[in-house]
Amino acid sequence: MDALLSTLRDNDLIVAFALVGAVVAVSVVISKVLTRGKFQASAIAIIIGLVLAYFGGVATGGEDGLADLTLFSGVGLMGGGMLVNLAIVATGFGASFDEMKKSGLGGIIALVLGVVLSFVIGAVIAWFFGYRDPVELTTIGAGTATYIVGPVTGAALGAGSGVIALSVGAGLVKSVLTMVVTPFIAKSIGLNNPRSAIVFGGLLGTTSGVTAGLAATDKRLVPYGAMTSTFYTGLGLLMAPSVLYFAVRALVG
Amino acid sequence: MVILGVALLSGSLLIGTFIGNLLGDVLGVDANVGGVGIAMILLILSTNMLARHGRLKPETSSGISFWSAMYIPIVVAMAATQNVVGAVTAGPVALVAGLVAVIISFALVPVLARVKTPGVDEPVAVFAEEN
Repeated sequence: MDALLSTLRDNDLIVAFALVGAVVAVSVVISKVLTRGKFQASAIAIIIGLVLAYFGGVATGGEDGLADLTLFSGVGLMGGGMLVNLAIVATGFGASFDEMKKSGLGGIIALVLGVVLSFVIGAVIAWFFGYRDPVELTTIGAGTATYIVGPVTGAALGAGSGVIALSVGAGLVKSVLTMVVTPFIAKSIGLNNPRSAIVFGGLLGTTSGVTAGLAATDKRLVPYGAMTSTFYTGLGLLMAPSVLYFAVRALVG
Repeated sequence: MVILGVALLSGSLLIGTFIGNLLGDVLGVDANVGGVGIAMILLILSTNMLARHGRLKPETSSGISFWSAMYIPIVVAMAATQNVVGAVTAGPVALVAGLVAVIISFALVPVLARVKTPGVDEPVAVFAEEN
């Protein structure tokens, strides 16, 4: 038993490859048998991944889902920023530069509107829940943009840790929902071409949510959504603690 | 050779990330601004250029396609390392804010997808149903 555990621990990345392969295999069966191919296997695999992350989080109380269990630490390496970015860039191989140029203006509008819109929605909802302090409203609004913008903005403005945690929560909800919901409603919002994928990436902005949601919908859309969403967090970090904070203070303070 | 494709991909990512970090510094934000997007443009341009000169060998391409094909499994691993407990237990404000932001953003996709870049009239390609 000890020998088995140490084998698994010493080969954590390999364990991750095998585990994810098993998850995908199960998803293919579920997709074919239970949904008769109606739901894509990749969408099911991503949902199983999120469920595993939930159990990992409950079991350890950590923040990295399954990767907090020592045995599955390799999943953290496989799904960590370095390999994720390498694979996203690789999906750009074969993508059309012309399509990206054609959708440039819509993408830029979507990007700016996406940041402002999520921020305003987060701040307005925080207002309805009784928050009145401009710093707190700004932090929750920023977190609704992405879970990175929230805490950075909160720290810059000196928000309390409770509000910062809330802003991370809002961003996580957005990211997880985007992963789960996108494949199911892609058709009804016309998400089947490069232009709508570019707009989608700019509006939603959560890179993990956008790229996973698009991967579950149609992998060929990933590079287009990634193209805009990769600028979203930077733009959010630029606007939230400055222009958007001043706007909130002018309105509320 | 396969490694040449992988190296081209890695080089694109390194340069893109570096430029993204520089851009973040210039703008005064502690983040990578568009690094992945810039890397993707570099990869698309460099592979197109190699293909035009007939220098993009199938083995070189396969070094890139492998990582492209690994994208979904890597995303599954990424999903498995999300702080899902944090999302589920974040409290009503976070849940409602995230939910409403997603609904309204989704609703705006078809509206903004109609915006065309001036001077370009051709329709965008629509992907056929994939089985």
